Amino acid sequence: MTTATAHHDDHGHHGPAKGIMRWVLTTNHKDIGTMYLWFAFTMLFIGGAMALIIRTELFQPGMQLIEPEFFNQMTTMHGLIMVFGAIMPAFVGLANWMVPLMVGAPDMALPRMNNWSFWILPFAFGMLLFTLFTEAGAPNFGWTFYAPLSTTYAPSSVTFFIFGVHMMGISSIMGAINIIATILNLRAPGMTLMKMPLFVWTWLITAYLLIAVMPVLAGVVTMMLMDIHFGTSFFDAAGGGDPVLFQHVFWFFGHPEVYIMILPAFGIVSQIIPTFARKPLFGYASMVYATSSIAFLSFIVWAHHMFTVGLPLQTELFFMYATMLIAIPTGVKVFNWVSTMFRGSMTFETPMLFALAFVVLFTIGGFSGLMLAIAPADFQYHDTYFVVAHFHYVLVPGALFGIIAGVYYWLPKWTGHYYDEKLGKFHFWMSFIGVNVTFFPMHFIGLAGMPRRIPDYALQFADFNAIASVGAFIFGFSQLIFLYLLIKTIRGGEKATDEVWEGAEGLEWTIPSPAPYHTFAEAPEVK
Amino acid sequence: MTDSPKTSFKAGKTALKLVLAAVAMFGFGFALVPLYDVFCEFTGINGKITGPVERVEQWVDTTRTIKVQFITTNNAGMPWEFEALQEEIEVHPGAWTQVEFWALNPTQKDMVGQAVPSVSPSEATEYVQKTECFCFSQQTLAAGEGRKMPLIFALDSKLPPHIRTVTMSYTIFDAGAFAEK
Repeated sequence: MTTATAHHDDHGHHGPAKGIMRWVLTTNHKDIGTMYLWFAFTMLFIGGAMALIIRTELFQPGMQLIEPEFFNQMTTMHGLIMVFGAIMPAFVGLANWMVPLMVGAPDMALPRMNNWSFWILPFAFGMLLFTLFTEAGAPNFGWTFYAPLSTTYAPSSVTFFIFGVHMMGISSIMGAINIIATILNLRAPGMTLMKMPLFVWTWLITAYLLIAVMPVLAGVVTMMLMDIHFGTSFFDAAGGGDPVLFQHVFWFFGHPEVYIMILPAFGIVSQIIPTFARKPLFGYASMVYATSSIAFLSFIVWAHHMFTVGLPLQTELFFMYATMLIAIPTGVKVFNWVSTMFRGSMTFETPMLFALAFVVLFTIGGFSGLMLAIAPADFQYHDTYFVVAHFHYVLVPGALFGIIAGVYYWLPKWTGHYYDEKLGKFHFWMSFIGVNVTFFPMHFIGLAGMPRRIPDYALQFADFNAIASVGAFIFGFSQLIFLYLLIKTIRGGEKATDEVWEGAEGLEWTIPSPAPYHTFAEAPEVK
Repeated sequence: MTDSPKTSFKAGKTALKLVLAAVAMFGFGFALVPLYDVFCEFTGINGKITGPVERVEQWVDTTRTIKVQFITTNNAGMPWEFEALQEEIEVHPGAWTQVEFWALNPTQKDMVGQAVPSVSPSEATEYVQKTECFCFSQQTLAAGEGRKMPLIFALDSKLPPHIRTVTMSYTIFDAGAFAEK
């Protein structure tokens, strides 16, 4: 707290320091945002490599490439790294860059904590990844780490996993506190709450979700730690505990967590679509209320992940209906995006293409979610590839496409250069085709009964699995185009104007491109 | 920076409140453990039976006969022989009945076991009253020792009429790590 004022004096109006220490010691929101984004991108490639190992093994039935034990480690680590290492830090990075620029603040409210919350992450993931090289191997109990798989039957590396989760939890909570403190206290004069850009709104709500549930995650891994090392029995029935309790506590965190991974993407898309449709966002207020309702509902639907554990009928019905209720605010949002485009003068630059793909493909993921919400039907879908198809549709062309769209949208503001539009479109089409070829067939093999998290499968699933593996390689390698494009844009390119996009609205487009190291030293006036 | 001391004081206050909220939610995570037990006990949905209860003689509903089945399961890795000596009996609601279970420790070492009960349908849980059950405490068996273990129970005569069969299931766990001294 008081550090926020103390350190500002030695900063003045000079540029960044030189050398590596600039990045270690920086308290500048743009530097920290950049580091978050590069960290997330690195994790995307590491987690993506694991996905390709999984898809290679599944290209044909039978065991060909890796051992089943290693396969389990790959599915576990892929999930953990993508959720906690790629998607979440990427959103925090975008928030670091854009929230101060969008509300007219000179920096984040708590810049030193900001530095700290980033620098915890490489250590947390370093600790998680190094377990791959230990004798016990990496965690192998799935990213949901259900007890007793993760307690009684866990490899000894589980303790590193627990501390890794503690560290990333602390990092997320600090990031969320910083974002809320910035939004609530540092808005420019005239920037009332209901004038804030939707990206800021969705992040404000997301940050509250993070503060509400990341501590519960920390709690559940602490209980695991105590069961494993201190002789308690939270989850061990022999000592009076209950493994089903684990699932309740985990999903009490886990369901809000899935909205943490999608709400900021809603915000990004709500910025991009009005810009390229050249019309203001349709139903701004209803967007804010819809986002808040989704956040509220996320706390009362967790047991829809547990329909098959033996819940009583009334409980199944409650969670089924509560889950279906979420379709209403989500439908409002999709309706508003479509209405924004209706009769707009649309152009299809890369950010818009990714945003449009987001709307269509996220909706497909939403519909398969509704199918899974039907409790009696879920008994067939539960733990099959249908679930894998569902959550990859909301997380890859959902959350990840949202992030990529945001990066293309703001890249000229960050670097001062336009990216190569042809290459961007090529990247989009390769990603779009790759993602659908990978995940669409999974719906079919899931409905036909292929269980998830298995290294080998029955022969009748062979064709669709082969197609999915081909799609995975197309999708994975087309992200190298993105890497190349990013480096190319940072190093040079057509000079970007301050406004960058014709029809873009918001404070971030009033500052020069590239955004100077310090912005809004004098708070702008918002009409 | 125009960041006035006043704004950063306000930001600090916001941050402090949020830190407290995070700490409270960490506590809430742990509070879910007793809340879960209270909820299960209150609704009886987990098949968790509280007891032992005081034996109260009640009206015996001889017009109805309920089939009561006993199922025993060994948790993975638990080597005991564990079975119900009567797999199925018929009782009238309200009547006290005693049945016997058999456990044998075939290993070369002394072991401690704990049976965890469950009732199906879960709706029947609150109507099952036990004055004595081997599941209420840990059972210690020396190497090679076998023992008959009693269960004395009654079904409440208020048992809903559509319930005709009650299944009582017991899973035996190796509780060596949690042995009570």
